[in-house]
This record gives sequence, C-alpha cells and structure tokens, in this order.
Amino acid sequence: MQPDQHEIELTVNGTRYRRTVESRMLLSDFLRHELGLAGTHVGCEHGVCGACTILLESDPVRSCLMLAVQANGRALATVEGLASADGELHPVQQAMHAHHGLQCGYCTPGILMTMTAYLTEHPSPSEDEVREALSGNLCRCTGYQNIVDAMMDAAARMREEAS
Amino acid sequence: MKPAPFKYVLASSLDHALALKAEHGDEARFLAGGQSLIPAMNFRLARPSVLIDINGLTSLAGIDRPEAGQVRVGALMRYRALERDGEFLRSCPLFADALPHIAHPQIRNRGTIGGNLSHADPASELPALAVAMQAKMRIRSAAGGRTVAASDFFAGLLTTDLASDEMLVDITYPVLAPRSGACFMEVARRRGDFAIAGVAAVVTLDEERRCASVRLALCGVGETPVDAGAAALPMVGSRVTGESIDAVAAGVRELIAPSGNVHASADYQRHVAGELVRRAIRTAHQRISHAA
Repeated sequence: MQPDQHEIELTVNGTRYRRTVESRMLLSDFLRHELGLAGTHVGCEHGVCGACTILLESDPVRSCLMLAVQANGRALATVEGLASADGELHPVQQAMHAHHGLQCGYCTPGILMTMTAYLTEHPSPSEDEVREALSGNLCRCTGYQNIVDAMMDAAARMREEAS
Repeated sequence: MKPAPFKYVLASSLDHALALKAEHGDEARFLAGGQSLIPAMNFRLARPSVLIDINGLTSLAGIDRPEAGQVRVGALMRYRALERDGEFLRSCPLFADALPHIAHPQIRNRGTIGGNLSHADPASELPALAVAMQAKMRIRSAAGGRTVAASDFFAGLLTTDLASDEMLVDITYPVLAPRSGACFMEVARRRGDFAIAGVAAVVTLDEERRCASVRLALCGVGETPVDAGAAALPMVGSRVTGESIDAVAAGVRELIAPSGNVHASADYQRHVAGELVRRAIRTAHQRISHAA
C-alpha cells in the first residue's frame, strides 16, 4: 500500500507551518519529529497519562489521540509557547519552579498545558477542584502535593496579573 | 504503538460519509472524537483500511427540540459541549451527574456522544443513560434511515445494531417528566476509570405522591447496559419507603450477572451495584421537587 499522504497547514504557538504528512502520523509525533517541538512528551499513547496534552484552539486535548492530518487549519499551543518572547516564564511555570512541582519533569508539559487552560477558565479554584482538574495527568514522582500547592499559587499569581 | 497504514478521507457531507461507508463496509470506520478508536488503532486492535473523518459535519453537532418534551442531540456533540449546556442539563439531569465520570477533561473536549454510543463499551455511562431514558437512536445509511429504541441498539460487548453501511446520526431523549427525579452514580477505582458498577435511576410519582414508575439501568455489570426496570416493578403503585428501596436493590443484585474483572470480583460488583441502586433511587426520589 502506497503511503497515504496529505498536505496540511496549521499554526503552532503563533507560527504557521505547512507540511506533508502520512495519514497515520499521530499529532504528538508530528509536533516532535516534524516540527522539532519536543517539549510535548509522549507517554502511554492511549490517552491515559496526559503527558502529550496540548491546546487545540483553547481546549486541552491528548495529542496522541489525534492524527496530524486532523489538525489541518487549526491553531495549537504547546509548552514551548507558554513563556513570553523575552523568556519570562508563565505564572504557572514560575509557581511549579517555586514549589518544586516536578522531579523528573516528564509529565510537566502536559500538566502545564492542562492547568493554564483550567486556571484561565477557573481563576479561583479550591484545592479539591485543582485535584479534580489534575486527574487526567499522571505524575509518578511528586505525589502531587507540590503540584497542587503550585497551582493554588499560580492561580493567585494569575489573578494578580489580571487585576 | 502506532496505527497501521490506512486511507484517510475527510467527509464533506453526511451523504459523502455514508457513500464511503457503503462502498468500504467493515473495512472503513467513522472517525468522530477518536478517544476510543485512536487508542485501539495505536494498539493495532483496530486496523481499518479507510478512516472517514466526520468532524467537519457540523449538521451533526447540534441540539434541538423536535417536539415538546423531547431533546434531540446530534451524534457529533462533544461531552464538553453537553457539560456546558445548562438548559440541556436541566432537561436531562442524568447527564449532569454522569458526564463528569467520563474519563478526564482532555478526553471530554474531544469525545462525542455518537462515538460513545456506537462504541458500546458496557462500562460506559451513556449507554446506560440511553436505556434508562428510553432514548430513540436515529440511524442513517446511503439507502435510507430508521429509528431504533436504545434497548434494541446495544447488541453485545462493543456491538450495536448498526449495519456496516450505517451511522448513528442523532439521539432523542425525553425531557425529565413532571414529578420526576433522576440520579446517576458510579464507583470506579480512580476518578475517570471504567466503572466497577454504575446506576442510572429515574423515579416518577403520581399526583398522590405514590410511585408511578421507576426507570433503572446499570453499566459495568454485563456485556451491554442492563435494563433493571423489572426489579423496580414491586415499588410501583405505593409510597417510596426505605424498605421498598431495599427490596429493589435486592432484586437488582439477583437480576444482574457481572463477570468480575481484575479490578473487582463478581461478588463485589454485585454488592456495589445493589448499594448504588439503593442510593440512586433514594437520591432521585429526594430530588423530586415538592412544588411539583
């Protein structure tokens, strides 16, 4: 069978890309291998671990459960786009750093993408709500407590920035 | 952990999608949210040779009210869109209880109601809701269309009444009737995991506040969603009491035949199902507005 190729055009972190992809290429692999955006991590490849979470328009989704060809015409955001152009980290990144919210760091990009979207929509969550929002992202190092602490702090930082 | 090769086609219309399915039959799969199909393809448990992407068919992505007392939900409605539709959740409150149990927010941003029901996972919440609410499933093919009751739609483990050239296009649910209360509950090992058991209950009272009907369906305890309405029949016609609820729970424990799995023995599933029936009926009953 001849490879089934498709031309796609999409925006990632504000940059426009045009590539030819095979239909079976997962969006996660496309970001990493074709665009060199290796900040999006690949864990389980069946939608359980959350490491590959990116934003499709403004919604967090599993990039391992989408085909690259499905992203044609869409605007995506990955962890590479979180910090501002001058390198200043996003408040969620600053809070993860301040609270030691990561050890090996493998799950971190997925957590950052999930939680920036969540905190934008829910600026004043309770700790329980943060835990619920984190439930789709597995971390095997931290025991989550430091991540929860970081997210409560990040929410406060984001509220302060917005005011 | 990568899909086997396939030909991808973005359907430009429902007719286009149905013509492709008629042409390729079982070799082709519709791609909706992809939250069950793509993992199966990544594991190569599913190896379709043609993938018909229906995500562009916006005509399947709406909610309307064809008649008073009914809500029609397009197959391409994503869980997240339903979760954010307050009017829909008030009309069909079982969904307000059940949707947060479906996987995680990232999955709910993509997964669709039609994909869920067509996948027919017996542990999934929405097939049980469809059976409990006696939903009507509208099916289309290039040759025509038909409507099937939810109880006839789920044929077996991951198997539906859909023929190889057919697509589920929308689902019509009754709006919660007056003097009625609804409740969905489930138990899973972790948030978002597949249910060990889940129960959807709808209790309706008559004008003297006696039980007029009880709809009851379970997920996770059989090869299809289990309609347990028969176990609730003794309750009908009298006041709802703790004793009558206990009797229904005991009846459901006898009615179901869970197979057990790595997460729970069959006995434990039976125990959990009975307790959930008790709590769900009690809560549904408590939720019936006293003003009604």
